[in-house]
Amino acid sequence: MSPQEPSTTATQRAGEPTGTAEAVARSGVPTSGTPSEQGTLAGGPADRGRPGASQRRRRGPEELMVPEADFRSYYGRQVIHEPTWKVPDVPGYLYLGGLAGASSVLAAMADATDRPALRRTARLAASAGSIGSVVALIHDLGMPSRFLNMLRVFKVTSPLSVGSWILSPFSTAAGVAAAAEIGGPLLAAGHLKPLAPLLPLVGPVARVAGVASAALGPPLATYTAVLIADTAVPTWHESYPELPFVFAGSGMAAAGGLGMIAVPTDQAGPARRAALVGAAVELGVSHRMEHRTGLVGEPYRTGRQGRWLRAAKVLTVVGAAGSLLAGRSRAVGVVAGVALNVGSALTRFGIFEAGMVSARDPKYTVVPQRERLDARRRAAEAAAARADAPAA
Amino acid sequence: MSASTDSTTGRRPTGLPSASDEQLRAHRAGFFDTPSPAAGTGYQDPQPRMGFFTDTSVCIGCKACEVACKEWNMVPATGEMDLTGTSYDNSSMLGGSTWRHVAFVEQPVPQRAPVGLGMPGVGASSAPTSRSSSGGGCGSGGGGCGSGGGSPSGAGSLPSAADLGDLDVLSSLEQTATDEGGLPAASAGAGEQGPSGSPEGVRWLMSSDVCKHCTNAACLDVCPTGSLFRTEFGTVVVQDDICNGCGYCIPACPYGVIGKRESTGRAHKCTLCYDRLGEGMTPACAQACPTESIQFGPVDELRERAADRLAALQAKGEPKAQLYGHDPDDGVGGDGAMFLLLDDPEVYGLPPDPVVTTRDLPDMWKKAALAAGTMFGVLVLSFAGGRR
Repeated sequence: MSPQEPSTTATQRAGEPTGTAEAVARSGVPTSGTPSEQGTLAGGPADRGRPGASQRRRRGPEELMVPEADFRSYYGRQVIHEPTWKVPDVPGYLYLGGLAGASSVLAAMADATDRPALRRTARLAASAGSIGSVVALIHDLGMPSRFLNMLRVFKVTSPLSVGSWILSPFSTAAGVAAAAEIGGPLLAAGHLKPLAPLLPLVGPVARVAGVASAALGPPLATYTAVLIADTAVPTWHESYPELPFVFAGSGMAAAGGLGMIAVPTDQAGPARRAALVGAAVELGVSHRMEHRTGLVGEPYRTGRQGRWLRAAKVLTVVGAAGSLLAGRSRAVGVVAGVALNVGSALTRFGIFEAGMVSARDPKYTVVPQRERLDARRRAAEAAAARADAPAA
Repeated sequence: MSASTDSTTGRRPTGLPSASDEQLRAHRAGFFDTPSPAAGTGYQDPQPRMGFFTDTSVCIGCKACEVACKEWNMVPATGEMDLTGTSYDNSSMLGGSTWRHVAFVEQPVPQRAPVGLGMPGVGASSAPTSRSSSGGGCGSGGGGCGSGGGSPSGAGSLPSAADLGDLDVLSSLEQTATDEGGLPAASAGAGEQGPSGSPEGVRWLMSSDVCKHCTNAACLDVCPTGSLFRTEFGTVVVQDDICNGCGYCIPACPYGVIGKRESTGRAHKCTLCYDRLGEGMTPACAQACPTESIQFGPVDELRERAADRLAALQAKGEPKAQLYGHDPDDGVGGDGAMFLLLDDPEVYGLPPDPVVTTRDLPDMWKKAALAAGTMFGVLVLSFAGGRR
């Protein structure tokens, strides 16, 4: 196989995922025998590498501006469909789901360890984040009834179905906890008189709801990685081993960052530590993911989504560094928290866009599959040759 | 064409409660022993699995299949006048409103001497073997004149009857005789054994693409509403009124088949004319195909037919002829719609080695659970260590 060849083309075509016109210019004839077809990937059927075929078509003035294609496609057109999911709805949902999921655990733990300010912030964040997620999903679907339509079945083969069943109870529980957070003080102050008898229930109900949302929070933050990985989109699918950890780290960084923004420093210690560890996980696993995936990880490094992801890394590093100092200065904490949240959102938007790019460019679909297929054929031929040897 | 006449008893599943479990089980066990994935889905009286075999070597690119499909299924137009500007292809790829798509591929092949077609204006003797003729002897590109299908001069005087067999003209020169009952034998690509000439020759590959009705269908697996279901014929169909337009099936399809239609906001794709199958009728596209490039029937039978046709083409020297989607051991467990191609799949816009995305789903869930556990642990532990 020749992984370096694709990257040659990649540099020529960096950031031009859709470039149909360019692709046509490149191939003009999509099927002209390419070098890889003729040579480097040979070893398959006997017709490979035959002289003369159509190779010489490539010699000519065309060659100057157009690199040799190292894969074949149908006029440079995409093989799979890119998702029809709307931006910012879906990448925004990826960010909000992470923020809400991590916040719910912070809220429950803050409740248990008597950190009321952190609890209040985290409960509100969990609720607002999950409600925002539902709104984003419904907006993407077009109408509320279409969201309800997903609750008529449960399918473990459909991450979206599983996700609907995580998000719905999560947002309910987080909403109850947040309502108690807001309503409790009002009741205690003597407002809302008709509801005054409920006051003794507020604390326990909120605690139960908070624990329920904390149980569902981490799945909410990580299932979205499965949601996008369980597609034929090459970059997402290939990234599936790391994506849940990237999303977990990113969610913790965002939730921790929010705690650093909104909570006094004396109660924000756990938020700072969560942010620091989350940022480290996000940075480390992202780095691994972007490099392990090889050719299909290329969109992580190119184009505007590459710039977003680089910016996300810088902001996350800044935020993580800030979290170390934020115990002494609230101002530093606010800056660091903002950096972490913007970085988290940029990570989601960048990963989302990288997948879109990889879906639109046939290279990312065809090249890995062709290499896989040829390798399998070579192995089969070798096995057949071994089997024949004794007979001969 | 056959075998579905007794199918009026076919039941529509109503609830599909266990479909996903069955799917998963079938993933592990493999559908390959069952005659039809319908059986694996839980039908008690599954019909024979029905499908298409598209023999692209006889496709003439007439698009009758596209038109018949639109007519029968009332599929709206995709736009005003979609012209790609790159070939005769104006429908680009399959989608919510394009359930059949005819690909036109223009390929350079070594030039051989043009053949006397008995038509005015094309002189067989005017282009010697080594010369590049601008027209390639191929005026009527769409029709299957197609290729630089000359042969060493002299062999070229064909009977006019063979001319009518369009694509056949190209290749029959080499083998002289066609014995396939009027069907073209090896097509243009046979030029590969020909004398290496100038690079100006050209051949056309035409292929009518369609939903593959996979044995392991990713669209069906990921659908969160149960809108997509497996029919008693082993095909995969969208129920319009259940679909909520989430669009998950669209990037899940490894072939880029299913798409969203703007006017409905929902996903649509080929149903393999489910309504016609229920009446024992042939799907509209196969019915309309004038060359029997699109053949409809029980998948088992089509597999045999495809293998025979491949052997015939290979015997005639069509080295890159290959079947696509026929193998029950491939990444999607085999397709209900298989193809005979004259070049590699990616040339036609097909993925060379598609894999159903849900094959990795159990591992994905494990990773996600591990990540969720890690997250929970980190968040809890971040509360250890004092008030600060």
